[in-house]
Amino acid sequence: MTATTEKERQEFQQEVAAWFVENNPGDPGFLLPETFMEVGTDAQFEYLRDWQRKVYEAGFLGMAWPEEYGGRGMPQVFQDIATQEMASQRLPFMPNTIGLNWAGPLILKMGREEDKQKYIKNILSAEDIWCQGFSEPEAGSDLGNSQCRAVRDGDDYVINGSKIWTSLGSYAKYMILLARTSTGGANKYAGLSYFLAPMHVEGIDPKPIQKLTGEYGFCQTYFDNARIPADCLMGSEGEGWNIAMVTLTFERGATGGQAGGIASMELNINDVVELSRRAMRNGKPAIEDPHIRSQLVQLITESRGNQLMAARAKIPALATDWPTAVPMSGKLRGSELKRRMCQLAVSLQGANGARFVSEQAIDGGKWQRSYFNSFSGTIGGGTSEIQHNIVGERVLGLPKS
Amino acid sequence: MSSQITFSDEQTMLLDTATEFCRKHSPIETVRARLDADQIDATTWKEITDLGWLGINVPEEFGGLGLGLSCVVPVAESMGRYLMGTPYNGAITASECLATSGSREQKEEWLPKIVSGAIGAMALIETNGSWILDQIEAQAIASEDMFELSGTKCFVTDADAADFYIVSVNVEAKARLALVKREQIPEGNLHREIVIDETRRSYQLDLDGIMVPVDQLLEGSDFQAIEFASLLLLSAEITGGLVGSIHTIVEYLNTRRAFDKVIGSYQALKHPTVKILLDLEASRSHLYHAATVLADDNAGEAEIALRMAKAHGSAAFAFAGDRAVQFHGGFGFTYECDAQLYLRRALWCQYQFGDEAYHRQLLEPILLD
Ligand SMILES: Cc1cc2nc3c(=O)[nH]c(=O)nc-3n(C[C@H](O)[C@H](O)[C@H](O)COP(=O)(O)OP(=O)(O)OC[C@H]3O[C@@H](n4cnc5c(N)ncnc54)[C@H](O)[C@@H]3O)c2cc1C
Ligand SMILES: Cc1cc2nc3c(=O)[nH]c(=O)nc-3n(C[C@H](O)[C@H](O)[C@H](O)COP(=O)(O)OP(=O)(O)OC[C@H]3O[C@@H](n4cnc5c(N)ncnc54)[C@H](O)[C@@H]3O)c2cc1C
Repeated sequence: MTATTEKERQEFQQEVAAWFVENNPGDPGFLLPETFMEVGTDAQFEYLRDWQRKVYEAGFLGMAWPEEYGGRGMPQVFQDIATQEMASQRLPFMPNTIGLNWAGPLILKMGREEDKQKYIKNILSAEDIWCQGFSEPEAGSDLGNSQCRAVRDGDDYVINGSKIWTSLGSYAKYMILLARTSTGGANKYAGLSYFLAPMHVEGIDPKPIQKLTGEYGFCQTYFDNARIPADCLMGSEGEGWNIAMVTLTFERGATGGQAGGIASMELNINDVVELSRRAMRNGKPAIEDPHIRSQLVQLITESRGNQLMAARAKIPALATDWPTAVPMSGKLRGSELKRRMCQLAVSLQGANGARFVSEQAIDGGKWQRSYFNSFSGTIGGGTSEIQHNIVGERVLGLPKS
Repeated sequence: MSSQITFSDEQTMLLDTATEFCRKHSPIETVRARLDADQIDATTWKEITDLGWLGINVPEEFGGLGLGLSCVVPVAESMGRYLMGTPYNGAITASECLATSGSREQKEEWLPKIVSGAIGAMALIETNGSWILDQIEAQAIASEDMFELSGTKCFVTDADAADFYIVSVNVEAKARLALVKREQIPEGNLHREIVIDETRRSYQLDLDGIMVPVDQLLEGSDFQAIEFASLLLLSAEITGGLVGSIHTIVEYLNTRRAFDKVIGSYQALKHPTVKILLDLEASRSHLYHAATVLADDNAGEAEIALRMAKAHGSAAFAFAGDRAVQFHGGFGFTYECDAQLYLRRALWCQYQFGDEAYHRQLLEPILLD
């Protein structure tokens, strides 16, 4: 990495800040989803896709990705500054999350030259939306037990079975697909293979599923003799599990290399504090309630703790004993904190806590909806229970249960 | 402090009958089918009336059974157990309110009607969501022999089906209770509200433009009786809801498999489920203790018991609903999964008539000072 000077960084920060102020896409006039897992209407999708394209074209996405594939080949620190600016200006998120944060870095790390040429630029521009076909109705946490079949037939693989909870399934052009190419093998993992699969193929049918909020946002993807070109296979047959594990380290943020840009509507404890000044409990602003104050302070401390962990993790001398504890637990800490923050936000509202998305509800009911949606974080991408197991086993060295 | 629970033969019988009735009338498919119903289930309401359940707490001289509120608890608990959506709790609170605050004539006029199925709805809470029932904004201004009402009430459940409403209003700066008849509500004053528990049919009631004769002001204004009845019924509903959510969780934990084991074998799920069970056991104990002291007319003990029951139950049910979703994994994130029904019910119950923090704060001076 080329060294950058403090001055360069500051100048860049001012440039980005100014661009984002100038180009803020503004209120769309409808409730936006909070993460890519909740994109439920075409209007939401198009608004976010157009925004990602604009940010990419302005040069603030994929800045550290190689120039020959559509990035800018710059030091990561510039991308971090741009991403940070998007977060602090509370801008909409980049909807092609799976492409930008896990399929993209995976292809850059392990893909063939032609894959990089073919996919990377369109991931950045949101031209090609990506989805992830890992979970199945009978295999989620136990991903290695996936049963969806891929059988080689001439120049094609023929796919049969189904994947479920496919976020962005209705909008995606490609899927990172984990499928079984053989049922024999030493163990359940041995027969799995990994595909960069096209979605717009006969026999692939993503059917929307209604979420607990009542909205739509993910799909069950059915494969009925769907033929995909054999060169969609990544690596070789049987390597699927290893590639899936690399994917998951990108997904859970345990490894760097993502394109950058925010991946969700940042919800932070300051928003809850701000709400507590407006929301009334028994005729007084909630912030005057001693019980609420104490809980707010607790969550502020916890939030700050998460930020500080990120800062400390960059100082190797202070990351001793269990150096991977912080990166390996990021998703767990973040998603559980968000869930509790939303619970607290609802509890600030007195009897109005019992409302749901509507004009009468405080902030249109966004907190109740956020609480329900927060389970996407504690379940999606590996549940909190599984995250605890992973940290216990891989970080602390405890045996598997 | 008292720690007694008495459970009469009548209560035992009511618990049996009500459990069976609700199981039969409110299987989960029916609960779901009724989520966007725009009317109450009149057939079930008629059966509930015929069973005499609307008169359980009504004194015999007014056509009821005179068994007191404590005998309503098994019915309310059973309804909660099967997520049954009926105007029962509102109607019982209304009759309790009339029995405690109504004049002789008011009781004579209304209690027999309630026993035979007239639906009463409570209109107490206002847009600021305060749980302090006698601190309100709504007004009743006397002009000759009529009161002119103004203000807005929220969370008036089953208001569209109600025959009358008990509305809290300030009369000369003091919170009072007025009975408003259905026909006294102008067209367009009721608006359906979107609430978190879709089994509830909740309405906003605009009071502006409502005129009622002065004799519809209740003689007394026993807000404590209203609060007590509401806390008791909600705690019963919560206790039932906890039972239902535990069954839902346990069934999934015993059937869903991951890593070649049923997921219930994982302690990450098993132990919190045990916690929910123990919370239920405590909630049910608090509940029936509250019913006992209420029946003994011991207001001091009743306040402690009811606030404890509601505080403990609110937190427990909210936790159970939250875990029910989490423990169903991806399926838990869907509308199709029953976990969301319990979570939504739990949040409704938690935020009606005071959450756990509120009741604990009210218990602090009683228990500590
Ligand atoms: C909003 C959302 C979006 C998603 N998007 C995608 C997507 O785009 N692509 C995709 O492939 N998948 C997606 N998923 C699926 C997600 O990865 C799975 O739901 C998750 O991994 C859990 O798998 P499962 O649903 O089969 O639950 P199960 O594995 O059946 O888990 C049920 C419960 O058992 C617990 N459990 C299981 N095993 C253990 C154990 N060993 N120890 C302790 N507890 C255990 C779990 O924690 C959970 O509470 C999404 C999920 C959600 C909720
Ligand atoms: C004050 C005291 C008095 C006692 N008096 C008597 C006595 O009079 N007579 C007598 O016979 N014994 C007595 N005991 C012993 C007591 O019953 C044992 O200590 C206890 O059963 C735990 O066994 P252990 O010490 O072998 O711990 P272990 O069984 O080794 O447990 C160690 C830890 O592992 C946990 N653990 C073990 N198995 C599991 C599992 N399957 N799932 C989850 N966690 C698990 C335990 O909870 C504990 O935290 C006494 C102990 C104490 C502390």
